[in-house]
Amino acid sequence: MDSAGSDVAAPAADGRHLAPTVARSVKVLVVGAFGVGKTTLIRAVSEIEPLSTEERITTASVGVDPAFPEKRTTTVAMDFGRITLSDEIALYLFGTPGQRRFWDLWAGLAEGAVGALVMVDLRNLDASFEVLDQLELQTRIPFAVVVNEFPDSPSYPLEDIRAALDVLPETPVVTCDARDRSSAIETLVSLVEHALQRQSALAGQGLPA
Amino acid sequence: MDAEEYQDHPVRSYVLTSGRAHPSRNTLRPETLVCAAPGHRQPPDRQAAELVRLCSGTLALAEAAAYLGRPVSLLAVLVSDLVDQGFLTIRSNHQPNVLPDTDTLEKVLDGLRRL
Repeated sequence: MDSAGSDVAAPAADGRHLAPTVARSVKVLVVGAFGVGKTTLIRAVSEIEPLSTEERITTASVGVDPAFPEKRTTTVAMDFGRITLSDEIALYLFGTPGQRRFWDLWAGLAEGAVGALVMVDLRNLDASFEVLDQLELQTRIPFAVVVNEFPDSPSYPLEDIRAALDVLPETPVVTCDARDRSSAIETLVSLVEHALQRQSALAGQGLPA
Repeated sequence: MDAEEYQDHPVRSYVLTSGRAHPSRNTLRPETLVCAAPGHRQPPDRQAAELVRLCSGTLALAEAAAYLGRPVSLLAVLVSDLVDQGFLTIRSNHQPNVLPDTDTLEKVLDGLRRL
């Protein structure tokens, strides 16, 4: 991946390994329904070809889709990519389906995350509510809503989208073209700015971040 | 997909980990950076040796899992054992239940803006 204009340490020659100076890693979750563009966004910003692992999880027994009538074990793919941000920090982007039945998988992933990008497809807004509910109810991590603009997406003002999703006023709601690197990077900037603001707000209240 | 369909490897995961489902430490995350310990000793076990070779440079647990075609949860057990035995070292340490601190977030933001 082209990193011209940056002073970032180049990955080691075989492309797999990080520069030897990198000794810190952070992660951002990219969550959303199937087909919303999670892997597209990861691919757009990753310095490595996105990788995938399969995890075996126990799916939740309530509120699941009719294809999974009861608690059972299933296999779910997790796609991820990597960006070396400086000579000491690497950022990993983990893409995972956000539905409640995959909660076991991303509950573990959420621990210690900078935050989450919640990807939304305006043609299928209903699928986003469950993801947002899970994030708000089950985790403390900051998140930004990313509206992936598909060519045939309906066009609504951001404020209307915010109202429809009923997110907190401080939660960023941004649009992006997930195929475009700089557009995808902007969504990450919005998320990390939000995470920093939230941290200083919590510190101001004397609460642990 | 049920258990009987999950046969992408001739050796089942629980055999590789001697039946254990949990690693010997709880600070390993998918993004935890690992690399071979200085000296590059090779463990006798073939599976472990492959993992240590893969970690000749720094990479994340999740990357090792993907390259070896294994679940992250399994790799956490293997990596943890190999750290205990001195074959691998952990490059990035993560505290349980702790979010990234302000200094880290600022460095991440600076890095993103330079991309």
